[in-house]
Amino acid sequence: MKNMMEVQALTFTYKGSSEPSLKNVTLPIEKNKVTALIGPSGCGKSTLLRGMNRIHDLYPGHRYDGTINLLNSDAQGYTDILTIKKEAELIRLRQRVGMIFQKPTPFPMTIFENIAYGLRLTGVKKRSDIEEVVERSLRDAALWEEVKDRLNLDARSLSGGQQQRLCIARAIALKPEVILFDEPTSALDPISTLAIEEMISVLREKYSICIVTHNMQQAARISDYTGFMYLGEMIEFDQTDTIFMKPSVKQTEDYISGRFG
Amino acid sequence: MESIFKKLAQFSASLVFFILAATAIVLYLSAKPAIEEFGVHFLFESRWGVEEKVEPSAIEQSKQELVTGSIDDEDFITDDEDFVMDDEDFVMDDEDFVTDDDTEGNSNKSKVIYGALVPIVGTIFSTLIAMLFSIPIAMGIAVFLSEIAPGSLAKPVGVAIELLASIPSIIYGMWGLFYFGPFIASIFGGNTVSLLVAGLVLGIMVIPFMAALSRDAISTVPDLLKESAYAMGATKLEVIKDVVFPYAKSGIIGSIILSFGRALGETMAVAFVIGGVYQFAGKVTDPTNSIPVVLANSFAESSGLSLSVLFYLALILFAMSFIVIAVAKFYFLRRK
Amino acid sequence: MRLFINKLFLVFSTITALIGLFFLAWILYTLCSKGIAGISVDVFTKDLIDGGLRNVIVGQLMMSGVATVIGIPVGILAGIYLQEYGQNSKTTEFMRDLSDVMMSAPSIVVGTFVYAIVVVPTGHTSGWAGVLALFILMVPIIVRTTDDMLNLVPVELREAGMAIGASKYHVTMNIVVRYAKAGILTGILLAFARVVGETAPLIYTSGSSQFWSTDLTGTFPSLTVSIYNLATMPDDKMVQLGWTGAFLLTSMVLFINLIGRYASNKKRR
Repeated sequence: MKNMMEVQALTFTYKGSSEPSLKNVTLPIEKNKVTALIGPSGCGKSTLLRGMNRIHDLYPGHRYDGTINLLNSDAQGYTDILTIKKEAELIRLRQRVGMIFQKPTPFPMTIFENIAYGLRLTGVKKRSDIEEVVERSLRDAALWEEVKDRLNLDARSLSGGQQQRLCIARAIALKPEVILFDEPTSALDPISTLAIEEMISVLREKYSICIVTHNMQQAARISDYTGFMYLGEMIEFDQTDTIFMKPSVKQTEDYISGRFG
Repeated sequence: MESIFKKLAQFSASLVFFILAATAIVLYLSAKPAIEEFGVHFLFESRWGVEEKVEPSAIEQSKQELVTGSIDDEDFITDDEDFVMDDEDFVMDDEDFVTDDDTEGNSNKSKVIYGALVPIVGTIFSTLIAMLFSIPIAMGIAVFLSEIAPGSLAKPVGVAIELLASIPSIIYGMWGLFYFGPFIASIFGGNTVSLLVAGLVLGIMVIPFMAALSRDAISTVPDLLKESAYAMGATKLEVIKDVVFPYAKSGIIGSIILSFGRALGETMAVAFVIGGVYQFAGKVTDPTNSIPVVLANSFAESSGLSLSVLFYLALILFAMSFIVIAVAKFYFLRRK
Repeated sequence: MRLFINKLFLVFSTITALIGLFFLAWILYTLCSKGIAGISVDVFTKDLIDGGLRNVIVGQLMMSGVATVIGIPVGILAGIYLQEYGQNSKTTEFMRDLSDVMMSAPSIVVGTFVYAIVVVPTGHTSGWAGVLALFILMVPIIVRTTDDMLNLVPVELREAGMAIGASKYHVTMNIVVRYAKAGILTGILLAFARVVGETAPLIYTSGSSQFWSTDLTGTFPSLTVSIYNLATMPDDKMVQLGWTGAFLLTSMVLFINLIGRYASNKKRR
């Protein structure tokens, strides 16, 4: 049982801020499992997630201290992604660690092109290869049946839930090793939310998943491990059942039973 | 009170419509003598203030053109040199040029021909040059401000650009006449006032306007959308090309069309540097004319038919800019 | 390769931005160096005929000021109508589009219009004709900003006003307009800054005069028209005065813009 990623003693400080937003956080992401991060707003869970593919680096000036190890593609040893300096390696990292955002983010192009886009970026040119991956990704995202007849429509014509599944299909088209979900259902209705949750439990078979969620029931439903964060610190990390049934820290218990947050 | 207030507000709102309608109607009525005289042919006629002899027994429809000293002296407040250039042009074009002496003899049988083609062509070309020059630069500035420059630089530069957009156009014209015109002439040769200089000055004038509007359009692209493209391993160029521009497309095109409209109707930035002569620019470095400049320079000295002709020109300009703006409004900047 | 093209593009984009900024800096530099050189007490105390700019500056401000005073009530009332009474009917949309079209109409055409309806019948240029031209240019700008600013007022505020039994008129004037006051004020300042620098519509409506005048019924001194005339004169001293005028005009316009910007920023905080 190997960890896909390991965040070790990470302290993260936003540009211009004197106080770090993450303090000495440690988090393992086990292979082919779903790890959930919960905690009240502003606790740093999204900040942590956005560090794991270094999307923070789009806005220069932030500061990382610590280590984030990612299992090498040959499964032999780890690379600390915080040591990456070259743009090309950062791009490669982001293709290996995919991300889904709070709101659906369909690109202003057709449904087909949305999914083909990432492949084209990596240099795939052959039309038949692209078509194959598009179909497979859409099937994996349980969207193929709904959109197969209108692949050339603008992606923004889809409903919110469909758009979010499209974004997931877009991410998995690149065959990432890890997929980060940043509150993926916060903008969706309950039925679309359910569809996404079902998909995540299927995706687990192929990918390692880390999901940030506001919704404790969601974490309880879909995750194997849960980390509770508060004020930039990892208060407690354990198997999901343990966190929800027998939390060992008082703060976790208070949060889970709805006494604060 | 309530109803008076409402009536008053309604009246004010209708006033806008009323003024617009009145402008169109008044221009049309004032231009009517010229429209009746020249008709649509006015648009395709390149001569301006040229006397044409009307043969009483016109068996041979030979057109005899010559320049009438009296009217042109009034129309051109500029200088005799331009006038002479005009004159020579016609000499070259015309086979049966009649000397001044002949004109005086026939003056009662001749009519003066006015045509708008030179200023129309001048207006369109100067505007096109302006667009070719300003679009890449304005887009560069907009992209630089919204995607490249760090916030500490983007903010003051952005404010500066917006302030520059408010500088009166006459300033651009003056600068063009004294500094930019000679600068261009020293590079490309030709005159210090020319179609090229006019186009470039116009371009420089609309850059801040276009850049500010495009920057605003680009800034409507959600960060999340850009981040998700980066999260797929796109480079900055790819994000801008594939996500930002397509998303902000209608706003950017709208800003270009609005700038086009502004350049089209601009008077002062052009008046100093286009030359104000009624001839086509054979080369871009030749002087020519544009509709707003003709209007600005000739009004005070015109009366009767020559005045009506100016209203005809104004009506054409009004229609041109109306079309440009209507296109921008109805296709690209529709309110949501 | 992708990264190389990316770098190339970033450099290219930065260079175009620098080129654009270079020209704009050049203009400002010219304006300041030429303009400041000619500043003296005489500029502000003597009229154009004696080599100063006093009468034309006062004339320009007076025409723009009168146009603003007339334009404010008309523009604000029209904006209120569009936002508060028009609801979102087709007619209102059409009127909005029309005021947008008018806002972008060439200013020289407005001048032509005023020439036809005022100067031709009266037989001479006058300050009032200039005022009318500036007024026509200004109103659509005020209409649009008022309309936009009122649009930002939350609907709940209007409903709350109605709910305590205030009339539509009261709600509009005392709640809605008050809420949007800073924004409307900024719009007015910007509209003023815009018309104060206008030249084209004044050339043959107000004309320009070398003498002191506050009588709007006659030909009226205008700073912008005078700059146009001075700059094209063969006399270096006249040209210098033109630059000084241009510098003062630009400073004025930029200053008003800065005030407007400051006012709207303060409101947002």
